[in-house]
Amino acid sequence: MEKQHSYSQVKGVSTGTTILAVKFNGGVIIGSDSRASMGESYVSSKTINKLIQVHDRIFCCIAGSLADAQAVTKMAKFQLSFHSIQMESPPLVKAAASIMRELCYSNKEELQAGFITAGWDRKKGPQIYVVSLGGMLLSQPFTIGGSGSTYIYGYVDAKFKPDMSLEEAKQFSINALALAMGRDNVSGGVVHLVVITEPGVKHIVVPGDKLPKFHDE
Amino acid sequence: MSEEMFPEPEWLSEEVKTGTTIIAVTFDGGVVLGSDSRVSAGESVVNRVMNKLSPLHDKIYCALSGSAADAQTIAEIVNYQLDVHSIEVEDDPLVCSAATLVKNISYKYKEELSAHLIVAGWDRKKGGQVYATLNGLLSRQPFAIGGSGSFYIHGFVDAEYRKNMTKRESQEFVVNALTLAMGRDGSSGGVAYVVTIDKDGAEEKCILGNELPRFFDQ
Repeated sequence: MEKQHSYSQVKGVSTGTTILAVKFNGGVIIGSDSRASMGESYVSSKTINKLIQVHDRIFCCIAGSLADAQAVTKMAKFQLSFHSIQMESPPLVKAAASIMRELCYSNKEELQAGFITAGWDRKKGPQIYVVSLGGMLLSQPFTIGGSGSTYIYGYVDAKFKPDMSLEEAKQFSINALALAMGRDNVSGGVVHLVVITEPGVKHIVVPGDKLPKFHDE
Repeated sequence: MSEEMFPEPEWLSEEVKTGTTIIAVTFDGGVVLGSDSRVSAGESVVNRVMNKLSPLHDKIYCALSGSAADAQTIAEIVNYQLDVHSIEVEDDPLVCSAATLVKNISYKYKEELSAHLIVAGWDRKKGGQVYATLNGLLSRQPFAIGGSGSFYIHGFVDAEYRKNMTKRESQEFVVNALTLAMGRDGSSGGVAYVVTIDKDGAEEKCILGNELPRFFDQ
């Protein structure tokens, strides 16, 4: 129990969150909880949206210091819009992720944030990229992050299947986030989901009382 | 700046911990306990085949986690105390008694010890029971998980546990949970030990690494 708290308080920043991204047949779903905490005992916001749109079909979600994350995503959004004007076409998801990675790697001493970048582009379809704390870039079919994610590693390992349908992927994400929010005291509130597909982007909010209940509730 | 040519191996100075995954589940008619088999001292694995399911009596077992020395000592002391107790009452001891004995030691020496034992077994009065005794608390639960690997499977066990599973389903549940935890926790691994206890006695089984179920892995 004690060990769990110590690593989520590295350098005194708040990593209180649960974020995930899942690739399904035709798109990606990116999701998060909605709690922002200061330390372990004060909830500074119950309904913060941690899913940030950096371009039409590319979203980012942040784990780590909210201040660092906002600064990085703002810069990335700016650079990405420049890049897409120069290329005269919508940017690749990998381009967005690479911009984040450059920023994280060059400032690795000062920054304390990790990112999940997910989206759809015409070249490779739906993709998910993880940029971790030191600046490593990795492409994965699904990924989880934040302090609440440790509790659901077993669940997502067991339940993920490649090429799920939209409904299955949605249920998978909602269940995983609900389980993490049920065990992690710095994750909670509502579930924010963004579904990104070729035709467009849909934002779904699942309030606390509509979340699935498990055996002990 | 002087550096050692051959630095002393870590395991000589690090405390030996059973950074581990342990789980116990009740089913209709008994309990199933499971554990991994890795014992680590710092970053070295000092024993990769340790059985962390220790018998306290014929139909009562406990699962060890935390400091290896502390956990083993508690198990041995309670084994002895239970033997004496069962002679005094001229009957098989209750699981609740075994758990209480473990709790008493954990609570009294709370500051010095750092071990968490899950006590599970079958008795004639209440059937299969699982007790968690973390840090001196005594709590009867339908299932319990413990050890460093247990953090990764909280979500999985919350989602998958159902009341009134059969013996076979409970064994599968335990093996799946252990496999998932061993896949993510650096301090858990090796083989899986599973003990099934019902009114007929205790059955021990060891499942080797290559016989464990496989999950999505890229």
